[in-house]
Amino acid sequence: MNELLLIIISAVVINNFVLKYFLGICPFLGVSKQVEASLSMGMAVTFVMTLTAPVVWLINTFILVKFDLRFLEYVTDIIVIAALVQLVEMFIRKTSHGLYRTLGIYLPLITTNCAILFSALFLVLRGYNLIQSTLFGFGSGVGFTLAIVIMAGIREELDFADVPEALQGAASTLIIAGFLALAFMGFSGMPTK
Amino acid sequence: MRQYILFKDALKGLWKENPVFRQLLGMCPTLAVTNAAIFGLSMGLATFFVLLCSSIIISIFRRVFPHQVRIASFVVIIATFVTVVDLFLKGNFPEISKALGPYVPLIVVNCLILGRQEVFASKNPLHRAVADALGMGIGFTLALIALASIRELLGSGTIFGVQILTLVGEGGRFRPWIIMLLPAGAFLTLGTMIGISNFFTGRAAKKSACH
Repeated sequence: MNELLLIIISAVVINNFVLKYFLGICPFLGVSKQVEASLSMGMAVTFVMTLTAPVVWLINTFILVKFDLRFLEYVTDIIVIAALVQLVEMFIRKTSHGLYRTLGIYLPLITTNCAILFSALFLVLRGYNLIQSTLFGFGSGVGFTLAIVIMAGIREELDFADVPEALQGAASTLIIAGFLALAFMGFSGMPTK
Repeated sequence: MRQYILFKDALKGLWKENPVFRQLLGMCPTLAVTNAAIFGLSMGLATFFVLLCSSIIISIFRRVFPHQVRIASFVVIIATFVTVVDLFLKGNFPEISKALGPYVPLIVVNCLILGRQEVFASKNPLHRAVADALGMGIGFTLALIALASIRELLGSGTIFGVQILTLVGEGGRFRPWIIMLLPAGAFLTLGTMIGISNFFTGRAAKKSACH
């Protein structure tokens, strides 16, 4: 139990996907203008990541390893992610109109979000079991959401500041992300596995 | 005239539409592997190879892909070439492969590559697609080397492993900036470089085209 909790905490703050591994930088720069949109994007990523992790784990363990097809890992991973995103989109559109309106436009973009592919590769590298993989996927998604919402909060405040023209947009966002990464380093003193 | 167009296709990737500084594409590997110049160079070349090969294939077969599944087809072609690069690195340069780790497979979702297929290779004949891929690939590689060299120089006093600044312990005056080797250093350096490039070209970089 303790160990499972550590996996989540580690994925959320200590090894934060955005600020430590530089994953999902494109949405991090592109969507982080408003808190509300960032939250939706984060939720969509978390949702897909939590689903991807167990599916990838099952395919990897019961098909790729069993039939010695490990070299197909990247191709299968990306197909699983693309198919899953498509399924999730259709499912949400049929069942919940409100949720579709919130997450809808972000879902197709998620296929090429490197954070999801990375989490799929990472859980195989780390040798997690099914439950650990699912929790890792969930934790990574929450970590991504945390980072992008914090960034959006800062950028909303920054709208009222007098930023030099050359630094507007991506440049200032990256520099702020640098300070956030420094701040998040403070978490690395916590026990990890 | 034809040569002029090819020249223009290739040249725009170097500065005017540089993937890193102007288009903000392929940010994840750009930030992640540039703590030493040699890793920046390897990552740049790996991406270059995948971009060139997939542009050639996709440009040749551009009339074959059905419109609805073109993105999925592109991604599968790209993933195949990434597997080739990954196995090549593992076999011939095990140390570099280990240092780059999971960022080599992440080339699959590098939006620079998918972006060029969607915007250029799938709409243009082979020779123009090759010129475009050459320009973008070289522009990406140069940007990575520039970023990695700055970080390596300030972080450990070396460039490509050659000592440039003498460290305090060896009779010099330079104390390495450890922050440059950490994730924070990557964000700060790239942010500053984009700021400087905006300052000299006088306009803010285009908004990121991928998410």
